[in-house]
Amino acid sequence: MTMPATVAELVRTFKANGRIVIVGASLAGLRAAEALREEGFHGSLTIIGDEPYEPYDRPPLSKQVLKGWVPADHTKLPRLRELDAQWRLGVAATGLDRATRQVRLADGEQVPYDRLLIATGTRARQWPNRTEAALEGVYTLRSRDDAARLQQALVARPARVLIIGAGFIGSEMASVCRELDIPVTVAERGSAPLVGALGGVIGKIATEMQRDHGVDLRCGVGVSSLEGDAGGHVRRARLSDGSTVEADVVVASLGSIRNVEWLEGSGLAAGFWGVGCDAGGRAFDINGVVTDTVYVAGDVARAPHVLYEYQFLAMEHWDNAVFGAEIAAHNMVNLEPDYYPHLLLPGFWSGQFGVNIKSVGVPPFGDEIVFTQGSVKERRFAAAYGRRGRIVAAVTFDHGRWLEYYARLIEQSAPFPPPPPGWDRPDDMNPIPADFPEPGVPTAIPDVVLTGHDPNERRAEFRPRRR
Amino acid sequence: MRIVVDLNRCQGYAQCVFLAPEVFQLSGAEALTYEPNPDDARRLQVQRAAAACPVQAILIDRLNGAERSVTS
Amino acid sequence: MAEETAWQQALRKASRANPYPFYEELRKTPVARQPDGSYVVSTYRELVQLLHDPRVSSDPRKRPGAIPGADPLEANIIEMDPPEHDVDRRRMTRHFGPPERPHMIADLEPKIRRIFAGLLDDMKGKTRIDVVDEFAFPGPVTVICKVLGVPLESIPRFHGWIETALDGLDFGPEASDPEQQRRLAAVPAAVVEMRQFLADLFDQYRKQPGPGMLSGMAHDNGPEGRLPQESLVNNAMLMLFAGHETTVNLIAHSVLSLLRHPDQLEKLRRRPELIVPGVEELLRFESSVQLWHSRSALEDIEIAGTTIPAGSTIFLCYGSANRDPERFENPDKLDLERPNNEHVGYSQGIHYCFGAPLARLEVQTAVSEFFRRVENPRLVEDPPPYRHNQIFRGPRHLWVDIDGIRD
Repeated sequence: MTMPATVAELVRTFKANGRIVIVGASLAGLRAAEALREEGFHGSLTIIGDEPYEPYDRPPLSKQVLKGWVPADHTKLPRLRELDAQWRLGVAATGLDRATRQVRLADGEQVPYDRLLIATGTRARQWPNRTEAALEGVYTLRSRDDAARLQQALVARPARVLIIGAGFIGSEMASVCRELDIPVTVAERGSAPLVGALGGVIGKIATEMQRDHGVDLRCGVGVSSLEGDAGGHVRRARLSDGSTVEADVVVASLGSIRNVEWLEGSGLAAGFWGVGCDAGGRAFDINGVVTDTVYVAGDVARAPHVLYEYQFLAMEHWDNAVFGAEIAAHNMVNLEPDYYPHLLLPGFWSGQFGVNIKSVGVPPFGDEIVFTQGSVKERRFAAAYGRRGRIVAAVTFDHGRWLEYYARLIEQSAPFPPPPPGWDRPDDMNPIPADFPEPGVPTAIPDVVLTGHDPNERRAEFRPRRR
Repeated sequence: MRIVVDLNRCQGYAQCVFLAPEVFQLSGAEALTYEPNPDDARRLQVQRAAAACPVQAILIDRLNGAERSVTS
Repeated sequence: MAEETAWQQALRKASRANPYPFYEELRKTPVARQPDGSYVVSTYRELVQLLHDPRVSSDPRKRPGAIPGADPLEANIIEMDPPEHDVDRRRMTRHFGPPERPHMIADLEPKIRRIFAGLLDDMKGKTRIDVVDEFAFPGPVTVICKVLGVPLESIPRFHGWIETALDGLDFGPEASDPEQQRRLAAVPAAVVEMRQFLADLFDQYRKQPGPGMLSGMAHDNGPEGRLPQESLVNNAMLMLFAGHETTVNLIAHSVLSLLRHPDQLEKLRRRPELIVPGVEELLRFESSVQLWHSRSALEDIEIAGTTIPAGSTIFLCYGSANRDPERFENPDKLDLERPNNEHVGYSQGIHYCFGAPLARLEVQTAVSEFFRRVENPRLVEDPPPYRHNQIFRGPRHLWVDIDGIRD
């Protein structure tokens, strides 16, 4: 047999008889499973998820679900094809033994695999003081159950909601509260909402947006403690500036934690920012050696990106879950030279206060910003981020139809500032410092982060920040 | 039925809102929100909306209820 | 005389029924400079790219040496740039769709259904019909009159003005023919009359509010204020004319294309729900707006290995982009189930067709009812005679022999 014929035979055999296990039953896990079947994988397919629900979509939770328009259980993801998979829902994976190729489950069962996909995503960072976190009326928002509980709390029309952290989710929740005409205070440790993700210049616009909609926004302050009443229900928060906020609903919107604890002892390059993998989704071990059997996709993956100096990029983005899953699935059932790379230009959206905020690229990678189109005053504009004379990201407020123009410039590493538009020029088109917080200044962690060049992230962390 | 909109692709043309206003809504000028699991009675409307999307960002369930059941 | 370019050949009257071989030639140079210094964009990727490029203007008045008033369509939203375009379009959308009026178009469906059903009823007893004059034209023109609040009695008058204006426009080598020059000379008077007709209508609605968008726009008190009188008239003209011409051509072309592709027609008969994706494909296949002429480069634009110099006119050829094999597999095949049909039949970007949702409902209703009720339709003449206009391309008549009309 020739070498290519042998390889083809290997691939064929694996597609017919292989065993694939996917840990994580959310967007990335589901799309990976579908992609595997689409690739012609007929072997056994097991999907493990710690939540009892079949895969659902999370972005609606902080918007239409919280608002009460859509019930939390109406977020089930559409299925693109039949899967013929074993679903192990409601049971978490607790360990990985790479020597024997087995995933250990919380109920003690061991699930063997030939290829493993890690798609365990993230979870909400809880309020750090456990006693206070246990008070009735203290919430986080990540899962379907979280959203259902919080929505019920809003239906009861609290006198005031306190949101701790003004990242995207926190800001979206504040927006919903205002739409429901519920008084809301937002406490943000950074200088402005969205400052970690989009910088201080955009943060200032987000600040005005919140205040115009009646949000009691307090920036540069932390929440020192939460206090409850005799019945164990939260009543007020003490802020770091000595003031207090009376609130009967408190939402900790402190960002997320990657679900990597179950990989402890597995020898994989798993850490604070997720599991290091190559651009094809293959996991690294702690020594920076790429594995042949373990793959990573979605929020929990961090992979080097060509556009950003090959730094490992960690992305909590919807399309990163979809495309990363498809790429990993393809590579799981193919061999060199048929591997695909995951070369996604990061992109996200956020609807808040009636404005559609969209972005492409990695804004925090830039240090300058220039408004390129539209009117800041009317909150309809496009702006580009630059670093060392190159465009690295862009953001639009209600100007989404222009975003792909900037995406193309970013893909080409085009000069910054970009050429001016032929019309609708902003009043001021001079690049200014984008005003991202210095490393170590606490604020919401952006959901796309450059995490250095080390597969194992032991030494290099882009923005080490612990609460 | 189940749908999901790829809001990275969505450019706010709002064609879906015209054709299925009970399922898709605009919040402001451009931000789209929608009911991800609309009633089956809306299927024609939703199919119209999905076909009309200029950037083909609306994904509809391709399986019926029985096929997508999950077994533990 | 130099040999004609593929673009010039495509624009000749003789090519109207089938410009596609010339488009194929044209696409070998995605952005092709023409002898007159204009640039033609014929490939999908480049066309979409320019639709999202803020260095491209849609306003012909911004071209060097532009003659104000030269273009009968100018100073409406389709030939304006932001921010004025965005403001005016929002002022119009308030009376047509979301976020303020999300249900308006969806609620028209029963009325649209009745109008097309009535036209089919009128064909009872006939053995030969003209799909254009008896179906594709009267349906959409009635609908747009109701939507806007234009009296149905005025249809023959404004139809004449529109025909005159459309026949006068020519971007091809035949523009200099004496016959065409004579037609061109008739355009300004027709435009003046139509403008006056609409100005009078607005005056009437200002005194006495009535149903429809025009009255609503005349009395608007929205957050961004009312359109000034001249913009009201210019945009009313645009909506009245574009609001049915393109739909007429799409219905006529849909009937023609399906009769030319019996396999697809058979599939549609078996699975009537295919009309929904089908209409998108029919529009890709025979685009109602074949090209657009009003764009120009405000800066030098590098694209597809060439530079469009600032000031150049840019022709966007939608009809060709929709047949680009780099984007659409087997582009010359009609496939009602074509996946990922991201055609540009309604354009893209900020100038995306204002009336697209209305057009879709009309064409879906018209075409599915036509083939449900018309017994054994057969083309009499293939290709049918075409209208003169290159932008709004469609059959002048479409004779079809039939066995009868079902109930």
